Amino acid sequence: MSNDFYTLNVNGEDHQVADSWAGESLLWVLRERLGFPGAKNACEEGECGSCSVRIGEEVVCSCLVLAGSAIEQEITTIEGLSAEGELSDVQQAFIDAGAVQCGFCTPGLLVTIDHLLEENESPDDLTVREAISGNLCRCTGYGRILEAVQIAAASRRGGKRE
Amino acid sequence: MSDVKTDTPTSSFRIGDSAPRPDGIPKVKGTFAFSSDLWHEKMLWGGTLRSPHPAARIRKLDVTEALLIDGVHTVLTHEDVPGEAVYGLEHADQPVMAAEVVRYEGEPVAIVAADHPEIVRRALAAIKVEYEEMVPLTDPETAESVDHIHPDGNVFRKINLRHGDQEIQGDVQVEGIYEVGMQDQAFLGPESGLAVPGEDGGVDLYVSTQWLHADRRQVASCLGMREEDVRITLAGVGGAFGAREDLSLHVHLCMLAMRTNRPVKMVYSREESFHGHVHRHPAKMWYRHHADREGNLVRVEARVLLDGGAYASSSGAVIANAACFAAGPYRIPNANIEGIVVRTNNPPCGAMRGFGAVQTCMGHEAQMDKLATALNIDPVEIRLKNALRTGDQLLTGQTITGTAPVAEVIRTCAEHIPSYQESSDLMSLPGGAGRTADPEHISRGEAIAVGFKNLMFSEGFDDFSSAVCHLEGGVATITCACAEVGQGFVTLAQQITREILGVEEVVLAPAATETVGSAGSTSASRQTWMSGGAVQKACEEVRLQLLQRLAEEHKVSVDDLVLVEGQALSLNGDFSINIDEATENPLEARVEYRHAPTFPLDENGQGDAHVSFAFAAHRAVVDVDPELGLVKVVELVTSQDVGRLLNPLQAIGQLEGGAAQGVGLAVMEEVLVAEGNIRNASFTDYLIPTALDMPPVEIAAIIEQPEPGAPFGAKGIGEPPSISSTAAVVAAIREATNLELPRVPVRLTDIVSIEEMS
Amino acid sequence: MPVTVARSLDHALAALEECPEALILAGGTDVMVQVNKGSMSVDQVVAIGRVPELQGWNREGDWLHLGAGVTYSEMMSKEISSMVPALAQASRTVGSPQIRNAGTIGGNLGTSSPAGDTLPTLFALEAVLTIRSAAGIRKLPINQFVVGVKQNALQPGELIEKISVPVLEGPQEFCKIGPRNAMVISVASFTLLTDLKENRVRSCLGTVGPIPIRPTEAENLLSNGVNWEKNEVSSEVLEGFASLCAEAAQPIDDHRGSAAYRRHAIKILSRRAACRIFSEDNT
Repeated sequence: MSNDFYTLNVNGEDHQVADSWAGESLLWVLRERLGFPGAKNACEEGECGSCSVRIGEEVVCSCLVLAGSAIEQEITTIEGLSAEGELSDVQQAFIDAGAVQCGFCTPGLLVTIDHLLEENESPDDLTVREAISGNLCRCTGYGRILEAVQIAAASRRGGKRE
Repeated sequence: MSDVKTDTPTSSFRIGDSAPRPDGIPKVKGTFAFSSDLWHEKMLWGGTLRSPHPAARIRKLDVTEALLIDGVHTVLTHEDVPGEAVYGLEHADQPVMAAEVVRYEGEPVAIVAADHPEIVRRALAAIKVEYEEMVPLTDPETAESVDHIHPDGNVFRKINLRHGDQEIQGDVQVEGIYEVGMQDQAFLGPESGLAVPGEDGGVDLYVSTQWLHADRRQVASCLGMREEDVRITLAGVGGAFGAREDLSLHVHLCMLAMRTNRPVKMVYSREESFHGHVHRHPAKMWYRHHADREGNLVRVEARVLLDGGAYASSSGAVIANAACFAAGPYRIPNANIEGIVVRTNNPPCGAMRGFGAVQTCMGHEAQMDKLATALNIDPVEIRLKNALRTGDQLLTGQTITGTAPVAEVIRTCAEHIPSYQESSDLMSLPGGAGRTADPEHISRGEAIAVGFKNLMFSEGFDDFSSAVCHLEGGVATITCACAEVGQGFVTLAQQITREILGVEEVVLAPAATETVGSAGSTSASRQTWMSGGAVQKACEEVRLQLLQRLAEEHKVSVDDLVLVEGQALSLNGDFSINIDEATENPLEARVEYRHAPTFPLDENGQGDAHVSFAFAAHRAVVDVDPELGLVKVVELVTSQDVGRLLNPLQAIGQLEGGAAQGVGLAVMEEVLVAEGNIRNASFTDYLIPTALDMPPVEIAAIIEQPEPGAPFGAKGIGEPPSISSTAAVVAAIREATNLELPRVPVRLTDIVSIEEMS
Repeated sequence: MPVTVARSLDHALAALEECPEALILAGGTDVMVQVNKGSMSVDQVVAIGRVPELQGWNREGDWLHLGAGVTYSEMMSKEISSMVPALAQASRTVGSPQIRNAGTIGGNLGTSSPAGDTLPTLFALEAVLTIRSAAGIRKLPINQFVVGVKQNALQPGELIEKISVPVLEGPQEFCKIGPRNAMVISVASFTLLTDLKENRVRSCLGTVGPIPIRPTEAENLLSNGVNWEKNEVSSEVLEGFASLCAEAAQPIDDHRGSAAYRRHAIKILSRRAACRIFSEDNT
């Protein structure tokens, strides 16, 4: 165990991590030390995307980030996606479209899709599929998820929300 | 673990509406507590040492070094199991921890509790086990004739279905041998839970599961405790699909908590998860179909062999299902079906969505296509010709008294014109970003398949659910131990309650063994009927109590009163009162709900063993690159018989999601087992469909013919989508390649022949 | 401090000099999988993900110099795609968007897996690696760097600074077979590059040997057989090219594919790649 500490910036706030093992992933530290259990641990080998977080401008698998190396980065988790108490448009779209079943893949998907819609406000079907190809879902078959993305995209473009 | 409360204004969301999930908001916010998210001050971490061998004697087990590691609180073995050494769903034959022998790779041998998962890992590495390896029994075809690998023998169950004339021959006969590989449920939420020792000597277990009370029975038995001292509460479940019907870490966690007197948390890694739960039974099936020249089925003969792996789990029920539904949703006047499920040293198998019917559907649909070819009859025509109807007899001799819109399901599916636009992008070709093919290399195929199975449990099992309805101050609280695993029962429970009691606010109390009786398993597509039925019954009783109270207090007639939009009103308009006010003094009903009784199958597999049946059809279009064997499922169309649609949006979710699992089994999913060892225990090599692999699923028709006896007339809908989808996809690949393809999942080398490769 | 987050190349090299056995961590997409499993212990780590000298790329005449820290996502950019199309194509087949955002070309080289997706193209390009240590700098051609299954010539205390590749003129193809359309480890891959200045092709087989394989006989046959003016090649030469590529493969049987299938796949992919670039002259 290390007696040193390091600081991670998560969702706009600094958090100190002390008494940790050097090999802890960012996913583990977020969930078990810093009280951000939103990112999930379905595989811990970069094959499912359930641990997706944003570091700076990029969406990455937090299970593949060594926590101690993520200092001085802006880390955004699912918990940081929506303003105080409000749901983001993508979160609301997921509910409205029936895109949530067990919900385990949901946080990772929301982080990925939030980023996608920032980059591309009218993604076509294939673009969305490729963008979320790193997020496994076992419950939904992706149909309602794709629908949710289109609902959110339309809403962002200023279209009428159904 | 907290009450699930609805935040959205939902007074209009009653039966038939696409009501939003009450747990949707926490799930999209990331605040929903899954069992792997649990946390307790002072908690320790647990871990499991597992056998690397599929068959071995344990000569020596030495935990002393592990105990010396700083931060290790306890190391336990089979010697520390306080109660019964074995457990099991149908038959208690599975050790909590291996004693003298291990029978599958991954069988638990020891458990550890320590301060940090890293210390757990080091402790596990420090446990010394001396194994004497034995030759594993890995060929299910020999299991019956070789030495027993377990005192209870190598045959879990044999079933013979003899229906009608056993000798009659058809003018046309087609034969085939089919295989289904071992599929995994691959739920995303890993096995996980938290056990907290109680001050009263009991234990509180928060865990992901499909059946709280069956867990409790087994855990209490193994802990040597009374059932009421083992208090199980459902923690958030990240999918199940059958893999959580059996125990996994339950007893281990409780043992560690009680020995250390500390809360203990355990989370399986993905690799461990593959070893830690049962899989779908791999199957080998021989079929011979007899028909007359017009295409009417005359007789079906089949032998179905399922490999149950090391322990019984629910193998007995799976083989019964496979046998009963072996010939598909058709009129079969004569049949002999032999089903056998055996014990081997392969990974244990048990429940997975579709439960035996998935495997035989692949077989019977391949046979129907062979018949169609042999008779030169259109594949849709031959299915319509033989389609079951209400009043027909099944292979078990049972007459279908409920709805059976098989022809409608087939016809609507076959005739549907899909509306989505195909893309010409290279990414939509087989191979995708791998850029392996151009359009001229692709061959397209299309095919249809139909399947069915029973709903609820069978063969005389006392299948029931329980619910409590509490109405106070206008707020209804429903307590039901139905395990919500993602399917959306929690939404239905609210819809049912709103419908019956006319209230807006419906709180769902935690699913726990302490507060309510068993809801039975979340499986067999049974919870809408059973727990929906229990909630309905409890709400109806409370409704009646309320009306009776109002009738007495206000001198109105019960028959004149209705509950609607928060008010109790008399039909003639004279009287009204807010339900809030009327229920300041609470009302409560605690009920059990049972379906109509079923009966055992006799020695010929005949009997009224099932309650109800649900039917679905799929039509698949696939693109195949025959030179490389790559496949892309382009389109999937489906029709399903649902009785009554209680929540359209959630139903679509089941139809699409189940189809995805069917696609997976058809083209990519298989637990590869060699000499009893799993070669691909990770998501790197156990592949489930990504968004780039799944086609859009178009729903041709959702057939609503209310099922007599079913609450609201609704049938369960979870399993049929996973049954005929696999069969449709592989049939479409056959169309595209002109190959027999008797095995799923279809591999690259099944399509590319050896001759081609030389 | 077990984890050193290096701020500059000198900083990274000094940390490596002090602890030559330290784990070098960039995107973590290979290393962290092992760490999470517990099969790699973590004592000292030098995290180089933000060393500025390893980021970015620049073009110098006919050479493209890629910093070791360039990610797969960055290699899919329009600019790199126009200079080295095969590298961009290969990058798109790696993992998932999340993996592509983190994984680096230096990491792909550092892992030296037989299935490494950038490696066939880099071999065909005869890439040159610049390797740094506190002691100095050396350059190594890629075929002297990747020497075996997960074996390379990197010494303790060294790290890869950049990878230099020629910017060739002419179409390029990269194809990869996997049993799923995303997140797949390659079963077999193939790259075909044209060099219109020299009127030659270069190709490389991936995942069908311990290291990527240049099928030199096949390359010679195709290079000499193409009618470069008309951009045409005969069916006979195409067949010969495909056969020679297949013969050059040294595939194994494993749970992802059989040797026979892999060899067959190379034959098919090589022919198809060539047909995309050249017109087939059937006369």
